Amino acid sequence: MTGTVLAQGQQGNQTLTVTLFLAVVAVTLYITWWASRKNQTTADYYAAGRSFSGVQNGLAISGDYMSAASFLGISGLIALYGYDGFLYSIGFLVAWLVALLLVAELLRNSGRFTMADQLAYRMRQRPVRTAASTSTVVVSIFYLLAQMVGAGALVGLLLGVDSPVLKNGVIVLVGALMIIYVTIGGMRGTTWVQIVKAVLLMSGTLLVTVLVLMKFNFNISELLGAAANATGKGQAFLEPGLLYGAKGFLGQVDFVSLALALVLGTAGLPHILIRFYTVPTSKAARTSVLCAIGLIGSFYLMTIALGFGAAALLDTTSETSRIADSGGNLASPLLAEAVGGGEGSVGGAVLLALIAAVAFATILAVVAGLTLTSASSFAHDLYANVIKRGAVSEKQEVNAARIAAFCIGTVAIVLSIYAQRLNIAFLVALAFAVAASANLPALIYNLFWRRFTTTGATWSIYGGLLSAVGLVFFSPVVSGAENSLLPNADFAWFPLNNPGIISIPLGFFFGWLGAVLFPDRASRDKHNELEVRSLTGAGAEAAIQH
Amino acid sequence: MTDKTTTQQHQAYERIHATDDFQELRRRYRGFAFPATVAFMVWYLLFVVSANWLPGFMKTPLVGNVNVAFMFGILQFASTFLIAWLYARHANSALDPIAGRLDDEYRQEVAQ
Repeated sequence: MTGTVLAQGQQGNQTLTVTLFLAVVAVTLYITWWASRKNQTTADYYAAGRSFSGVQNGLAISGDYMSAASFLGISGLIALYGYDGFLYSIGFLVAWLVALLLVAELLRNSGRFTMADQLAYRMRQRPVRTAASTSTVVVSIFYLLAQMVGAGALVGLLLGVDSPVLKNGVIVLVGALMIIYVTIGGMRGTTWVQIVKAVLLMSGTLLVTVLVLMKFNFNISELLGAAANATGKGQAFLEPGLLYGAKGFLGQVDFVSLALALVLGTAGLPHILIRFYTVPTSKAARTSVLCAIGLIGSFYLMTIALGFGAAALLDTTSETSRIADSGGNLASPLLAEAVGGGEGSVGGAVLLALIAAVAFATILAVVAGLTLTSASSFAHDLYANVIKRGAVSEKQEVNAARIAAFCIGTVAIVLSIYAQRLNIAFLVALAFAVAASANLPALIYNLFWRRFTTTGATWSIYGGLLSAVGLVFFSPVVSGAENSLLPNADFAWFPLNNPGIISIPLGFFFGWLGAVLFPDRASRDKHNELEVRSLTGAGAEAAIQH
Repeated sequence: MTDKTTTQQHQAYERIHATDDFQELRRRYRGFAFPATVAFMVWYLLFVVSANWLPGFMKTPLVGNVNVAFMFGILQFASTFLIAWLYARHANSALDPIAGRLDDEYRQEVAQ
């Protein structure tokens, strides 16, 4: 990064990038202000009055789901490891079938605002709400860290500065914005931010994809061949094994473990689950998921072009490679610059700034969704129903949610500053493992197993949560390896980076055990009700009219 | 909390649960959702296992630089789109009419 020409180009670029960033901030703040005028009741604040259409919600789901980990992380992993990076996106997409077939519609019909509502319908309120709220906050915090770490890395690149002070400043800024969106805009504001982001992300990705494919005459085989040659890895770059196979049998088992967490985690992610409450009917919830599958599928297909394109056109292997240095996170923005005309060109600068702004919008939309989810669960489950036992006014509950959003946002900012060395796709994979191990078993049992009980629900949630988090704590992610969080300590006895292969079965096992050991007449008797309500929508929460 | 149902609502739910209509709705829903879930999980795990332990098969070239591994991945996308579309069709034609009818019955019963 030396030479005056480069520096000047970068200066112009910085101005443009900062301008676009400010535009994103201005638009989203306007949306938040506009949305805040309609926030009166809890249904407004938590579920946007259930007034979004299926297609709008489909866009918002895509906006909530396609995180910085998808946009920066997956294309980066493909750029560095070829085919093995592509494996990630397949799990992320296939997972939506679990949500579509087993969860979305039934949840819409049987819950109100949070994941816990659906369990509380037939269980004892306080224990299940406490459990579900705990796992909601843990999953969301893992996921939040991933997003905010991505924000730091991104801005470091865009301004061409590698200053820790700047990265931390960006994290604080992103955190402050998300707190504003969530406290003021509630679910309505957050949803619109996500819709705007989904449109920006799809358009930006499509543009770069087309520009990349143009360089290869729209011939996929040519693109793959160029990537294989440029990386010097040959055909191996197009085959499985560079990332997971390299570590032998354990690496392969680790990959199976990851794959399970990805495919089973999505339908247990609280910030995805609460999106189903923002539509008026279960049919609209179905349309949302169908729409999301179309958008997310197309997006991941495009990340193939981005990842292999970056491998083919940019330096991903040398000692000085900025992409390798960033763990892959910078592959997409640098690729945009290259296909726009290269470093120093006007086209390159414009595209780099554009993609950076898209990534920035992406991060903002996802962190807002996550903060809202934790705040909702905290206020609705813990405060209103566990602590106050339902004796709160709607106004008090919404105020509690706003205070919770502020506190969670602050905690996330502080934690993010310490987690900057981890690949963001990897942090997200951890969130998925916890969601698959703690939340999914409880949801599935509750919907489909008559003899499931309160104890079963709490055991599956705490059992899955503690197994997943505990195994990660004793894995090479935290200690004992060069790239661990604590590289100088070694208390790792669990050999895999991904706990899913053990923790998901444990979550299901504890749920079964708790239900069998402590049968509970009341939850069994309510199962008929839950079944009728979830399948027919009879008595489900309706949309509110303004 | 509105989570607590009234006696009248409870009776309406119980009555609907016992109807042939509801049993048929449940059978049709599970008859699609469960086998489809097993099918896509097996198909996905087959892909994961092949990626890990069948390198010879996965590296087989198909057209140019496109190998079996790449096609297998693309087919996972295609199968996801296909199952989603099939479920939507099934739900629209086989589930929604019964669900709508039962929902109406419930409304009438509880409104009385």
